[in-house]
Amino acid sequence: MVGMTRKKTFFWLCIFLLPNLLGFLTFIGAPIVSSLIISFTDWDLLGEMQFTGFENYIRLAQDPDFWVSFRNTIFFILGYIPLVLIFGLACALLLNKQMKFRAFFRATFFLPVITSWVAVSLVWKWLYNPEYGLINYALSIVGIDGPQWLSDPNTAMIGIILASAWKDIGFVMVLFLGGLQNISPSFYEAASIDGAGKARKLWNITIPLLAPTTFFVTIISLINSFQVFDQVMIMTGGGPGGSTEVMVQNIYNHAFRYFEMGYASAMSWVLFLVIFLFTWIQMKVQDRGVN
Amino acid sequence: MAMENSSKALVYQNTKSKKSKKRRPTINKILFYLLLIGGASIMLIPFLWMVSTSLKPDGATMVLPPEFVPNEPTTQNYESVTQQFPMMRFLWNSIVVAVLTTIGQMVFSSMAAYAFARMQFRGRDKLFLLYLATMMVPTQVTMIPQFILIKQFGWLDSYPGLIIPTMFAVFGTFLMRQAMLGIPRELEEAAFMDGANHFQVFYRVCLPLIKPMLAALGIFTFMQSWNNFLWPLIVISNQELATLPLGLSLLQGRWATDWGLMMAGVVISVLPILIVYLFAQKYFIQGMTMSGMKE
Repeated sequence: MVGMTRKKTFFWLCIFLLPNLLGFLTFIGAPIVSSLIISFTDWDLLGEMQFTGFENYIRLAQDPDFWVSFRNTIFFILGYIPLVLIFGLACALLLNKQMKFRAFFRATFFLPVITSWVAVSLVWKWLYNPEYGLINYALSIVGIDGPQWLSDPNTAMIGIILASAWKDIGFVMVLFLGGLQNISPSFYEAASIDGAGKARKLWNITIPLLAPTTFFVTIISLINSFQVFDQVMIMTGGGPGGSTEVMVQNIYNHAFRYFEMGYASAMSWVLFLVIFLFTWIQMKVQDRGVN
Repeated sequence: MAMENSSKALVYQNTKSKKSKKRRPTINKILFYLLLIGGASIMLIPFLWMVSTSLKPDGATMVLPPEFVPNEPTTQNYESVTQQFPMMRFLWNSIVVAVLTTIGQMVFSSMAAYAFARMQFRGRDKLFLLYLATMMVPTQVTMIPQFILIKQFGWLDSYPGLIIPTMFAVFGTFLMRQAMLGIPRELEEAAFMDGANHFQVFYRVCLPLIKPMLAALGIFTFMQSWNNFLWPLIVISNQELATLPLGLSLLQGRWATDWGLMMAGVVISVLPILIVYLFAQKYFIQGMTMSGMKE
Protein backbone atom coordinates (compact mmCIF):
# COMPACT_ATOMS: atom_id res chain seq x y z
CA MET A 1 0.00 0.00 0.00
CA VAL A 2 1.37 3.33 -1.00
CA GLY A 3 2.63 5.29 1.96
CA MET A 4 0.52 3.47 4.46
CA THR A 5 2.17 2.85 7.77
CA ARG A 6 1.85 -0.29 9.81
CA LYS A 7 -0.02 1.58 12.47
CA LYS A 8 -2.63 2.69 10.00
CA THR A 9 -3.13 -0.83 8.71
CA PHE A 10 -3.56 -2.04 12.27
CA PHE A 11 -6.16 0.64 12.87
CA TRP A 12 -8.20 -0.43 9.85
CA LEU A 13 -7.80 -4.08 10.74
CA CYS A 14 -9.32 -3.37 14.15
CA ILE A 15 -12.27 -1.65 12.54
CA PHE A 16 -12.97 -4.36 10.00
CA LEU A 17 -12.10 -7.53 11.83
CA LEU A 18 -12.51 -6.86 15.52
CA PRO A 19 -16.33 -6.74 15.80
CA ASN A 20 -16.70 -10.03 14.00
CA LEU A 21 -13.73 -11.62 15.74
CA LEU A 22 -15.03 -10.70 19.19
CA GLY A 23 -18.46 -12.09 18.36
CA PHE A 24 -16.91 -15.20 16.89
CA LEU A 25 -14.71 -15.85 19.92
CA THR A 26 -17.52 -15.14 22.40
CA PHE A 27 -20.41 -16.97 20.76
CA ILE A 28 -18.69 -19.69 18.76
CA GLY A 29 -15.06 -20.20 19.78
CA ALA A 30 -15.48 -20.10 23.55
CA PRO A 31 -18.68 -22.18 23.54
CA ILE A 32 -17.02 -24.95 21.55
CA VAL A 33 -14.12 -25.15 23.99
CA SER A 34 -16.30 -24.91 27.08
CA SER A 35 -18.76 -27.45 25.73
CA LEU A 36 -15.91 -29.95 25.50
CA ILE A 37 -14.85 -29.16 29.06
CA ILE A 38 -18.41 -29.34 30.41
CA SER A 39 -18.82 -32.75 28.81
CA PHE A 40 -16.25 -34.10 31.30
CA THR A 41 -18.12 -32.71 34.32
CA ASP A 42 -21.35 -33.38 36.18
CA TRP A 43 -22.51 -29.77 36.04
CA ASP A 44 -26.20 -29.14 36.68
CA LEU A 45 -26.18 -25.32 36.27
CA LEU A 46 -26.53 -24.73 40.02
CA GLY A 47 -24.00 -26.76 41.98
CA GLU A 48 -20.23 -26.90 41.78
CA MET A 49 -18.72 -28.22 38.61
CA GLN A 50 -16.91 -31.49 39.26
CA PHE A 51 -14.70 -33.28 36.83
CA THR A 52 -15.86 -36.80 36.34
CA GLY A 53 -13.53 -37.87 33.56
CA PHE A 54 -15.18 -40.04 30.95
CA GLU A 55 -18.15 -40.87 33.13
CA ASN A 56 -20.67 -39.08 30.92
CA TYR A 57 -19.41 -40.89 27.86
CA ILE A 58 -19.50 -44.25 29.64
CA ARG A 59 -23.02 -43.54 30.85
CA LEU A 60 -23.95 -42.63 27.29
CA ALA A 61 -22.74 -45.95 25.93
CA GLN A 62 -24.92 -47.76 28.45
CA ASP A 63 -27.96 -45.50 28.26
CA PRO A 64 -30.79 -47.35 26.52
CA ASP A 65 -32.61 -44.03 25.83
CA PHE A 66 -29.61 -42.75 23.95
CA TRP A 67 -29.49 -45.86 21.79
CA VAL A 68 -33.22 -45.65 21.15
CA SER A 69 -32.81 -42.06 19.96
CA PHE A 70 -29.81 -43.09 17.86
CA ARG A 71 -31.76 -45.93 16.29
CA ASN A 72 -34.75 -43.68 15.62
CA THR A 73 -32.51 -41.09 13.98
CA ILE A 74 -30.98 -43.77 11.75
CA PHE A 75 -34.45 -45.02 10.88
CA PHE A 76 -35.44 -41.47 9.94
CA ILE A 77 -32.36 -41.12 7.75
CA LEU A 78 -32.88 -44.44 6.01
CA GLY A 79 -36.38 -43.39 5.01
CA TYR A 80 -35.73 -39.73 4.35
CA ILE A 81 -32.54 -39.84 2.23
CA PRO A 82 -33.75 -42.18 -0.54
CA LEU A 83 -37.02 -40.24 -0.78
CA VAL A 84 -35.43 -36.81 -1.17
CA LEU A 85 -32.78 -38.13 -3.55
CA ILE A 86 -35.19 -39.94 -5.87
CA PHE A 87 -37.91 -37.32 -5.90
CA GLY A 88 -35.47 -34.42 -5.85
CA LEU A 89 -33.75 -35.84 -8.92
CA ALA A 90 -37.07 -36.59 -10.60
CA CYS A 91 -38.25 -33.01 -10.09
CA ALA A 92 -34.94 -31.66 -11.35
CA LEU A 93 -35.19 -33.79 -14.51
CA LEU A 94 -38.73 -32.58 -15.10
CA LEU A 95 -37.83 -28.94 -14.61
CA ASN A 96 -34.60 -29.09 -16.59
CA LYS A 97 -36.56 -28.97 -19.85
CA GLN A 98 -37.76 -25.97 -21.75
CA MET A 99 -41.43 -25.55 -20.99
CA LYS A 100 -44.22 -23.16 -20.30
CA PHE A 101 -44.56 -21.84 -16.75
CA ARG A 102 -41.16 -23.23 -15.80
CA ALA A 103 -40.55 -20.43 -13.30
CA PHE A 104 -43.96 -21.07 -11.75
CA PHE A 105 -43.28 -24.77 -11.28
CA ARG A 106 -39.83 -24.19 -9.87
CA ALA A 107 -41.19 -21.66 -7.40
CA THR A 108 -43.93 -24.10 -6.39
CA PHE A 109 -41.55 -26.98 -5.72
CA PHE A 110 -39.35 -24.66 -3.71
CA LEU A 111 -42.21 -23.23 -1.64
CA PRO A 112 -41.99 -25.72 1.26
CA VAL A 113 -38.26 -25.03 1.59
CA ILE A 114 -38.80 -21.42 2.63
CA THR A 115 -41.58 -22.28 5.08
CA SER A 116 -40.64 -22.82 8.71
CA TRP A 117 -40.46 -26.33 10.13
CA VAL A 118 -42.98 -25.39 12.77
CA ALA A 119 -45.53 -24.25 10.20
CA VAL A 120 -45.00 -27.31 8.00
CA SER A 121 -45.24 -29.64 10.98
CA LEU A 122 -48.54 -28.14 12.13
CA VAL A 123 -50.06 -28.35 8.65
CA TRP A 124 -48.96 -31.97 8.30
CA LYS A 125 -50.21 -32.82 11.72
CA TRP A 126 -53.60 -31.68 10.55
CA LEU A 127 -53.23 -33.58 7.26
CA TYR A 128 -52.41 -36.72 9.28
CA ASN A 129 -55.43 -36.34 11.57
CA PRO A 130 -56.80 -39.92 11.62
CA GLU A 131 -60.47 -38.93 11.46
CA TYR A 132 -60.71 -35.63 9.59
CA GLY A 133 -57.29 -35.36 7.97
CA LEU A 134 -56.99 -35.06 4.23
CA ILE A 135 -54.61 -38.00 3.89
CA ASN A 136 -56.83 -40.62 5.44
CA TYR A 137 -59.78 -39.17 3.54
CA ALA A 138 -57.84 -39.60 0.28
CA LEU A 139 -56.95 -43.16 1.31
CA SER A 140 -60.57 -43.92 2.14
CA ILE A 141 -61.60 -42.91 -1.40
CA VAL A 142 -59.45 -45.68 -2.81
CA GLY A 143 -60.77 -48.06 -0.16
CA ILE A 144 -57.85 -48.04 2.25
CA ASP A 145 -58.48 -47.72 5.94
CA GLY A 146 -55.79 -45.18 6.84
CA PRO A 147 -53.52 -45.73 9.86
CA GLN A 148 -53.49 -43.64 13.02
CA TRP A 149 -50.30 -42.00 11.73
CA LEU A 150 -48.69 -39.85 14.43
CA SER A 151 -50.47 -41.52 17.33
CA ASP A 152 -49.40 -45.02 16.36
CA PRO A 153 -45.81 -45.99 17.31
CA ASN A 154 -45.53 -48.03 14.11
CA THR A 155 -46.39 -45.21 11.73
CA ALA A 156 -45.38 -42.04 13.61
CA MET A 157 -41.83 -41.96 12.29
CA ILE A 158 -43.02 -42.77 8.78
CA GLY A 159 -45.32 -39.77 9.03
CA ILE A 160 -42.41 -37.54 10.07
CA ILE A 161 -40.25 -38.93 7.25
CA LEU A 162 -42.88 -38.21 4.58
CA ALA A 163 -43.49 -34.66 5.80
CA SER A 164 -39.73 -33.99 5.99
CA ALA A 165 -39.14 -35.33 2.50
CA TRP A 166 -42.00 -33.18 1.20
CA LYS A 167 -40.38 -30.11 2.69
CA ASP A 168 -36.85 -30.75 1.43
CA ILE A 169 -37.44 -32.13 -2.07
CA GLY A 170 -37.32 -28.60 -3.50
CA PHE A 171 -33.93 -27.97 -1.91
CA VAL A 172 -32.46 -31.19 -3.30
CA MET A 173 -34.07 -30.40 -6.67
CA VAL A 174 -32.29 -27.06 -6.87
CA LEU A 175 -28.93 -28.70 -6.14
CA PHE A 176 -29.58 -31.34 -8.81
CA LEU A 177 -30.65 -28.66 -11.30
CA GLY A 178 -27.25 -27.06 -10.76
CA GLY A 179 -25.57 -30.40 -11.45
CA LEU A 180 -27.65 -31.00 -14.58
CA GLN A 181 -26.69 -27.64 -15.99
CA ASN A 182 -23.03 -28.67 -15.78
CA ILE A 183 -23.50 -31.64 -18.10
CA SER A 184 -22.43 -30.64 -21.58
CA PRO A 185 -25.18 -31.12 -24.21
CA SER A 186 -22.59 -32.70 -26.52
CA PHE A 187 -22.85 -35.94 -24.51
CA TYR A 188 -26.53 -36.17 -25.32
CA GLU A 189 -25.97 -35.27 -28.97
CA ALA A 190 -23.38 -38.01 -29.29
CA ALA A 191 -25.74 -40.47 -27.64
CA SER A 192 -28.58 -39.50 -29.98
CA ILE A 193 -26.37 -40.21 -32.97
CA ASP A 194 -25.67 -43.61 -31.49
CA GLY A 195 -29.41 -44.13 -31.31
CA ALA A 196 -29.75 -44.09 -27.54
CA GLY A 197 -33.28 -43.62 -26.23
CA LYS A 198 -34.33 -41.43 -23.34
CA ALA A 199 -34.03 -44.17 -20.72
CA ARG A 200 -30.56 -45.13 -21.96
CA LYS A 201 -29.43 -41.51 -21.88
CA LEU A 202 -30.69 -41.11 -18.33
CA TRP A 203 -29.03 -44.30 -17.18
CA ASN A 204 -25.75 -44.01 -19.11
CA ILE A 205 -25.13 -40.27 -19.17
CA THR A 206 -27.17 -38.27 -16.71
CA ILE A 207 -26.88 -40.47 -13.64
CA PRO A 208 -23.13 -41.23 -13.94
CA LEU A 209 -22.25 -37.61 -14.70
CA LEU A 210 -24.41 -36.42 -11.82
CA ALA A 211 -22.50 -38.65 -9.39
CA PRO A 212 -20.53 -35.79 -7.78
CA THR A 213 -23.75 -33.83 -7.19
CA THR A 214 -25.53 -36.90 -5.87
CA PHE A 215 -22.67 -37.59 -3.49
CA PHE A 216 -22.63 -33.99 -2.31
CA VAL A 217 -26.41 -33.92 -1.83
CA THR A 218 -26.32 -37.20 0.08
CA ILE A 219 -23.67 -35.94 2.49
CA ILE A 220 -25.48 -32.65 3.12
CA SER A 221 -28.75 -34.44 3.67
CA LEU A 222 -27.06 -36.88 6.03
CA ILE A 223 -25.52 -34.07 8.07
CA ASN A 224 -28.82 -32.20 8.19
CA SER A 225 -30.88 -35.22 9.06
CA PHE A 226 -28.72 -36.22 12.01
CA GLN A 227 -29.83 -32.87 13.42
CA VAL A 228 -33.55 -33.50 12.86
CA PHE A 229 -35.48 -31.83 15.70
CA ASP A 230 -38.15 -29.18 14.96
CA GLN A 231 -40.60 -31.43 13.16
CA VAL A 232 -40.33 -34.16 15.79
CA MET A 233 -40.81 -31.68 18.60
CA ILE A 234 -43.97 -30.26 17.01
CA MET A 235 -45.53 -33.33 15.43
CA THR A 236 -45.02 -35.95 18.12
CA GLY A 237 -42.79 -34.57 20.88
CA GLY A 238 -40.87 -37.84 20.64
CA GLY A 239 -43.89 -40.04 21.20
CA PRO A 240 -45.87 -42.17 21.13
CA GLY A 241 -43.88 -44.27 23.55
CA GLY A 242 -40.55 -42.77 22.53
CA SER A 243 -40.97 -44.16 19.01
CA THR A 244 -39.87 -40.88 17.40
CA GLU A 245 -37.39 -39.63 19.99
CA VAL A 246 -34.32 -38.44 18.08
CA MET A 247 -30.77 -37.53 19.09
CA VAL A 248 -31.10 -33.74 19.25
CA GLN A 249 -34.29 -34.04 21.23
CA ASN A 250 -32.47 -36.23 23.72
CA ILE A 251 -29.77 -33.56 24.00
CA TYR A 252 -32.41 -30.85 24.42
CA ASN A 253 -34.25 -32.78 27.13
CA HIS A 254 -31.16 -33.53 29.16
CA ALA A 255 -29.88 -29.97 28.89
CA PHE A 256 -33.00 -27.86 29.28
CA ARG A 257 -35.45 -30.13 31.08
CA TYR A 258 -33.23 -32.11 33.46
CA PHE A 259 -30.38 -29.55 33.49
CA GLU A 260 -27.74 -32.24 33.09
CA MET A 261 -25.39 -29.94 31.21
CA GLY A 262 -22.42 -32.30 31.41
CA TYR A 263 -24.30 -35.28 30.10
CA ALA A 264 -26.06 -33.29 27.37
CA SER A 265 -22.73 -31.82 26.24
CA ALA A 266 -21.22 -35.28 26.00
CA MET A 267 -24.16 -36.30 23.81
CA SER A 268 -23.66 -33.29 21.59
CA TRP A 269 -20.02 -34.26 21.05
CA VAL A 270 -21.06 -37.73 20.01
CA LEU A 271 -23.39 -36.07 17.51
CA PHE A 272 -20.46 -33.97 16.35
CA LEU A 273 -18.31 -37.07 15.86
CA VAL A 274 -20.96 -38.72 13.71
CA ILE A 275 -21.36 -35.57 11.60
CA PHE A 276 -17.61 -35.08 11.41
CA LEU A 277 -17.19 -38.61 10.09
CA PHE A 278 -19.36 -37.76 7.08
CA THR A 279 -17.71 -34.37 6.56
CA TRP A 280 -14.36 -36.13 6.61
CA ILE A 281 -15.46 -38.73 4.08
CA GLN A 282 -16.69 -35.94 1.83
CA MET A 283 -13.40 -34.05 2.06
CA LYS A 284 -11.42 -37.21 1.25
CA VAL A 285 -13.56 -38.00 -1.77
CA GLN A 286 -13.46 -34.41 -2.98
CA ASP A 287 -9.67 -34.33 -2.74
CA ARG A 288 -9.48 -37.45 -4.83
CA GLY A 289 -11.86 -35.91 -7.35
CA VAL A 290 -9.60 -32.90 -7.79
CA ASN A 291 -6.40 -34.88 -8.30
CA MET B 1 -17.58 -48.48 -47.10
CA ALA B 2 -17.86 -48.44 -43.38
CA MET B 3 -18.42 -44.73 -43.46
CA GLU B 4 -21.11 -45.10 -46.05
CA ASN B 5 -22.82 -47.65 -43.86
CA SER B 6 -22.72 -45.49 -40.82
CA SER B 7 -24.03 -42.49 -42.69
CA LYS B 8 -26.80 -44.66 -44.04
CA ALA B 9 -27.55 -45.72 -40.54
CA LEU B 10 -27.61 -42.10 -39.56
CA VAL B 11 -30.10 -41.23 -42.25
CA TYR B 12 -32.19 -44.19 -41.21
CA GLN B 13 -32.05 -43.06 -37.63
CA ASN B 14 -33.13 -39.59 -38.58
CA THR B 15 -36.07 -40.70 -40.67
CA LYS B 16 -37.10 -43.15 -38.01
CA SER B 17 -37.08 -40.59 -35.30
CA LYS B 18 -38.85 -38.09 -37.53
CA LYS B 19 -41.61 -40.55 -38.24
CA SER B 20 -42.21 -41.44 -34.64
CA LYS B 21 -41.89 -37.85 -33.54
CA LYS B 22 -45.18 -36.99 -35.17
CA ARG B 23 -47.22 -39.18 -32.87
CA ARG B 24 -45.21 -39.69 -29.71
CA PRO B 25 -44.38 -36.16 -28.68
CA THR B 26 -48.01 -35.38 -27.95
CA ILE B 27 -48.38 -38.42 -25.71
CA ASN B 28 -45.02 -37.71 -24.11
CA LYS B 29 -45.92 -34.12 -23.63
CA ILE B 30 -49.23 -34.94 -22.01
CA LEU B 31 -47.51 -37.43 -19.72
CA PHE B 32 -44.84 -34.88 -18.92
CA TYR B 33 -47.29 -32.16 -17.99
CA LEU B 34 -49.38 -34.63 -16.02
CA LEU B 35 -46.34 -35.54 -13.94
CA LEU B 36 -45.45 -31.91 -13.50
CA ILE B 37 -48.93 -30.86 -12.46
CA GLY B 38 -49.20 -33.89 -10.20
CA GLY B 39 -45.96 -32.95 -8.48
CA ALA B 40 -46.93 -29.30 -8.17
CA SER B 41 -50.30 -30.33 -6.68
CA ILE B 42 -48.60 -32.43 -4.01
CA MET B 43 -46.51 -29.38 -3.13
CA LEU B 44 -49.43 -26.95 -3.17
CA ILE B 45 -52.30 -28.91 -1.62
CA PRO B 46 -51.02 -28.69 1.97
CA PHE B 47 -50.78 -24.90 1.59
CA LEU B 48 -54.25 -24.63 0.05
CA TRP B 49 -55.66 -26.92 2.72
CA MET B 50 -54.05 -24.71 5.36
CA VAL B 51 -55.71 -21.58 3.95
CA SER B 52 -59.03 -23.33 3.41
CA THR B 53 -59.10 -24.67 6.98
CA SER B 54 -58.26 -21.27 8.40
CA LEU B 55 -61.32 -19.77 6.69
CA LYS B 56 -63.83 -22.30 8.01
CA PRO B 57 -66.27 -21.49 10.80
CA ASP B 58 -66.26 -23.44 14.05
CA GLY B 59 -67.20 -27.05 13.48
CA ALA B 60 -66.78 -27.01 9.70
CA THR B 61 -63.26 -28.43 9.99
CA MET B 62 -64.46 -31.69 11.52
CA VAL B 63 -66.69 -32.72 8.66
CA LEU B 64 -66.65 -35.70 6.32
CA PRO B 65 -66.27 -35.50 3.40
CA PRO B 66 -64.07 -32.43 3.94
CA GLU B 67 -65.05 -29.14 2.31
CA PHE B 68 -62.20 -28.20 0.02
CA VAL B 69 -63.56 -24.72 -0.46
CA PRO B 70 -65.25 -23.47 2.71
CA ASN B 71 -69.02 -23.21 2.24
CA GLU B 72 -69.25 -20.16 4.41
CA PRO B 73 -65.80 -18.57 4.50
CA THR B 74 -65.19 -16.44 7.55
CA THR B 75 -62.31 -14.54 9.10
CA GLN B 76 -63.51 -15.57 12.55
CA ASN B 77 -60.40 -17.70 13.18
CA TYR B 78 -58.09 -14.82 12.39
CA GLU B 79 -60.01 -12.61 14.76
CA SER B 80 -59.96 -15.12 17.60
CA VAL B 81 -56.32 -16.07 17.17
CA THR B 82 -55.20 -12.46 17.28
CA GLN B 83 -57.52 -11.57 20.15
CA GLN B 84 -56.98 -14.57 22.39
CA PHE B 85 -53.33 -14.90 21.67
CA PRO B 86 -50.57 -12.27 21.21
CA MET B 87 -50.16 -13.27 17.57
CA MET B 88 -49.38 -9.72 16.47
CA ARG B 89 -46.82 -9.46 19.23
CA PHE B 90 -45.13 -12.65 17.90
CA LEU B 91 -45.21 -11.18 14.42
CA TRP B 92 -43.56 -8.00 15.64
CA ASN B 93 -40.93 -9.95 17.59
CA SER B 94 -40.15 -12.04 14.52
CA ILE B 95 -39.76 -8.93 12.38
CA VAL B 96 -37.45 -7.22 14.88
CA VAL B 97 -35.32 -10.32 15.40
CA ALA B 98 -35.06 -11.28 11.72
CA VAL B 99 -34.31 -7.73 10.52
CA LEU B 100 -31.68 -6.97 13.16
CA THR B 101 -30.03 -10.39 12.82
CA THR B 102 -29.86 -9.92 9.05
CA ILE B 103 -28.39 -6.43 9.26
CA GLY B 104 -25.84 -7.52 11.87
CA GLN B 105 -24.85 -10.57 9.91
CA MET B 106 -24.45 -8.61 6.67
CA VAL B 107 -22.41 -5.82 8.26
CA PHE B 108 -20.12 -7.92 10.44
CA SER B 109 -19.46 -10.66 7.93
CA SER B 110 -18.82 -8.41 4.95
CA MET B 111 -16.42 -6.28 7.01
CA ALA B 112 -14.52 -9.28 8.35
CA ALA B 113 -14.53 -10.73 4.85
CA TYR B 114 -12.86 -7.56 3.59
CA ALA B 115 -10.09 -8.02 6.16
CA PHE B 116 -9.67 -11.68 5.23
CA ALA B 117 -9.81 -11.18 1.48
CA ARG B 118 -8.28 -7.77 0.84
CA MET B 119 -5.90 -6.97 3.71
CA GLN B 120 -2.52 -8.35 4.66
CA PHE B 121 -1.79 -9.26 8.27
CA ARG B 122 0.11 -11.87 10.19
CA GLY B 123 -1.78 -15.07 10.91
CA ARG B 124 -4.59 -14.18 8.53
CA ASP B 125 -4.87 -17.55 6.84
CA LYS B 126 -4.53 -19.47 10.09
CA LEU B 127 -7.27 -17.40 11.68
CA PHE B 128 -9.55 -17.98 8.73
CA LEU B 129 -8.85 -21.70 8.89
CA LEU B 130 -9.98 -21.59 12.51
CA TYR B 131 -13.20 -19.91 11.39
CA LEU B 132 -13.73 -22.61 8.79
CA ALA B 133 -13.02 -25.43 11.23
CA THR B 134 -15.83 -24.26 13.50
CA MET B 135 -18.32 -24.59 10.66
CA MET B 136 -18.12 -28.36 11.08
CA VAL B 137 -19.38 -28.14 14.65
CA PRO B 138 -23.17 -28.41 14.78
CA THR B 139 -25.21 -25.81 16.67
CA GLN B 140 -26.23 -28.47 19.19
CA VAL B 141 -22.68 -28.43 20.56
CA THR B 142 -22.53 -24.67 21.04
CA MET B 143 -26.10 -24.12 22.24
CA ILE B 144 -25.50 -25.24 25.84
CA PRO B 145 -22.56 -22.88 26.58
CA GLN B 146 -24.32 -20.17 24.56
CA PHE B 147 -27.34 -20.54 26.82
CA ILE B 148 -25.12 -20.30 29.92
CA LEU B 149 -23.40 -17.24 28.49
CA ILE B 150 -26.70 -15.53 27.73
CA LYS B 151 -27.89 -16.34 31.22
CA GLN B 152 -24.77 -14.79 32.72
CA PHE B 153 -25.17 -11.66 30.59
CA GLY B 154 -28.72 -11.40 31.90
CA TRP B 155 -30.05 -11.75 28.36
CA LEU B 156 -32.50 -14.58 28.89
CA ASP B 157 -35.95 -13.46 27.78
CA SER B 158 -34.65 -10.47 25.85
CA TYR B 159 -34.11 -9.30 22.29
CA PRO B 160 -30.30 -9.20 22.65
CA GLY B 161 -30.37 -12.84 23.77
CA LEU B 162 -32.37 -13.77 20.69
CA ILE B 163 -30.41 -11.67 18.26
CA ILE B 164 -26.77 -11.18 19.14
CA PRO B 165 -25.48 -14.78 19.33
CA THR B 166 -27.00 -15.57 15.93
CA MET B 167 -25.36 -12.63 14.14
CA PHE B 168 -21.91 -14.21 14.00
CA ALA B 169 -22.56 -17.32 11.95
CA VAL B 170 -19.29 -18.14 10.21
CA PHE B 171 -21.06 -19.05 7.01
CA GLY B 172 -21.64 -15.36 6.25
CA THR B 173 -17.97 -14.46 6.59
CA PHE B 174 -17.03 -17.46 4.46
CA LEU B 175 -19.47 -16.50 1.73
CA MET B 176 -18.52 -12.82 1.64
CA ARG B 177 -14.80 -13.64 1.61
CA GLN B 178 -15.37 -15.98 -1.30
CA ALA B 179 -17.16 -13.19 -3.18
CA MET B 180 -14.50 -10.57 -2.38
CA LEU B 181 -11.61 -12.76 -3.50
CA GLY B 182 -12.91 -12.41 -7.03
CA ILE B 183 -12.46 -8.63 -7.17
CA PRO B 184 -9.49 -7.63 -9.36
CA ARG B 185 -6.65 -5.92 -7.50
CA GLU B 186 -6.37 -3.10 -10.04
CA LEU B 187 -9.74 -1.68 -9.00
CA GLU B 188 -8.78 -1.08 -5.41
CA GLU B 189 -5.25 -0.01 -6.29
CA ALA B 190 -6.69 2.72 -8.47
CA ALA B 191 -8.87 3.84 -5.59
CA PHE B 192 -5.93 3.88 -3.16
CA MET B 193 -3.97 5.97 -5.68
CA ASP B 194 -6.78 8.48 -5.63
CA GLY B 195 -6.28 8.77 -1.89
CA ALA B 196 -9.13 6.56 -0.74
CA ASN B 197 -8.84 4.81 2.62
CA HIS B 198 -9.80 1.22 3.43
CA PHE B 199 -13.33 2.14 4.40
CA GLN B 200 -13.93 3.97 1.14
CA VAL B 201 -12.50 1.08 -0.86
CA PHE B 202 -14.69 -1.35 1.07
CA TYR B 203 -17.82 0.74 0.73
CA ARG B 204 -17.41 2.19 -2.75
CA VAL B 205 -15.46 -0.49 -4.60
CA CYS B 206 -15.99 -3.86 -2.97
CA LEU B 207 -19.58 -3.79 -1.73
CA PRO B 208 -21.14 -2.70 -5.04
CA LEU B 209 -19.32 -5.53 -6.79
CA ILE B 210 -20.59 -8.24 -4.45
CA LYS B 211 -24.13 -6.90 -4.16
CA PRO B 212 -25.87 -10.03 -5.51
CA MET B 213 -23.98 -12.27 -3.07
CA LEU B 214 -24.70 -9.88 -0.23
CA ALA B 215 -28.38 -9.91 -1.14
CA ALA B 216 -28.40 -13.72 -1.20
CA LEU B 217 -26.75 -13.82 2.22
CA GLY B 218 -29.24 -11.28 3.55
CA ILE B 219 -32.24 -13.22 2.30
CA PHE B 220 -30.83 -16.49 3.55
CA THR B 221 -30.13 -15.07 7.00
CA PHE B 222 -33.57 -13.50 7.17
CA MET B 223 -35.22 -16.79 6.32
CA GLN B 224 -33.13 -18.74 8.82
CA SER B 225 -33.91 -16.26 11.52
CA TRP B 226 -37.62 -16.10 10.65
CA ASN B 227 -37.91 -19.88 10.81
CA ASN B 228 -35.61 -20.53 13.75
CA PHE B 229 -37.28 -22.54 16.48
CA LEU B 230 -34.58 -24.13 18.64
CA TRP B 231 -32.81 -20.97 19.81
CA PRO B 232 -35.95 -19.03 20.83
CA LEU B 233 -37.18 -22.19 22.52
CA ILE B 234 -34.05 -22.18 24.68
CA VAL B 235 -33.77 -18.44 25.38
CA ILE B 236 -37.40 -17.37 25.75
CA SER B 237 -39.82 -18.39 28.46
CA ASN B 238 -41.82 -15.16 28.60
CA GLN B 239 -44.60 -15.50 26.06
CA GLU B 240 -44.46 -11.79 25.25
CA LEU B 241 -41.05 -12.25 23.64
CA ALA B 242 -41.77 -15.35 21.58
CA THR B 243 -41.14 -15.26 17.86
CA LEU B 244 -43.68 -16.81 15.48
CA PRO B 245 -42.36 -20.41 15.40
CA LEU B 246 -42.16 -20.52 19.19
CA GLY B 247 -45.52 -18.76 19.42
CA LEU B 248 -47.11 -21.35 17.15
CA SER B 249 -45.79 -24.15 19.33
CA LEU B 250 -47.36 -22.42 22.35
CA LEU B 251 -50.58 -22.03 20.39
CA GLN B 252 -50.51 -25.74 19.73
CA GLY B 253 -50.20 -26.40 23.44
CA ARG B 254 -53.36 -24.39 24.13
CA TRP B 255 -55.68 -25.15 21.24
CA ALA B 256 -54.39 -28.48 19.99
CA THR B 257 -57.67 -29.50 18.38
CA ASP B 258 -59.02 -26.20 17.11
CA TRP B 259 -57.57 -26.65 13.65
CA GLY B 260 -59.22 -23.59 12.14
CA LEU B 261 -57.59 -21.38 14.73
CA MET B 262 -54.24 -23.14 14.43
CA MET B 263 -54.17 -22.84 10.66
CA ALA B 264 -55.01 -19.15 10.92
CA GLY B 265 -51.93 -18.79 13.12
CA VAL B 266 -49.82 -20.74 10.64
CA VAL B 267 -51.02 -18.57 7.75
CA ILE B 268 -50.04 -15.43 9.68
CA SER B 269 -46.56 -16.87 10.22
CA VAL B 270 -46.05 -18.01 6.63
CA LEU B 271 -47.46 -14.98 4.81
CA PRO B 272 -44.60 -12.49 5.45
CA ILE B 273 -41.84 -14.83 4.32
CA LEU B 274 -43.98 -15.81 1.33
CA ILE B 275 -44.26 -12.17 0.29
CA VAL B 276 -40.50 -11.71 0.56
CA TYR B 277 -40.08 -14.92 -1.45
CA LEU B 278 -42.31 -13.69 -4.26
CA PHE B 279 -40.16 -10.61 -4.70
CA ALA B 280 -36.74 -12.14 -4.17
CA GLN B 281 -37.14 -15.71 -5.36
CA LYS B 282 -33.80 -15.74 -7.14
CA TYR B 283 -31.92 -14.83 -3.98
CA PHE B 284 -33.72 -17.45 -1.91
CA ILE B 285 -32.69 -20.22 -4.28
CA GLN B 286 -29.16 -18.85 -4.56
CA GLY B 287 -28.83 -18.50 -0.80
CA MET B 288 -30.05 -22.03 -0.16
CA THR B 289 -27.79 -23.48 -2.84
CA MET B 290 -24.79 -21.72 -1.34
CA SER B 291 -25.71 -22.90 2.13
CA GLY B 292 -24.99 -26.37 0.84
CA MET B 293 -21.50 -25.26 -0.08
CA LYS B 294 -20.39 -24.81 3.50
CA GLU B 295 -20.48 -28.49 4.37
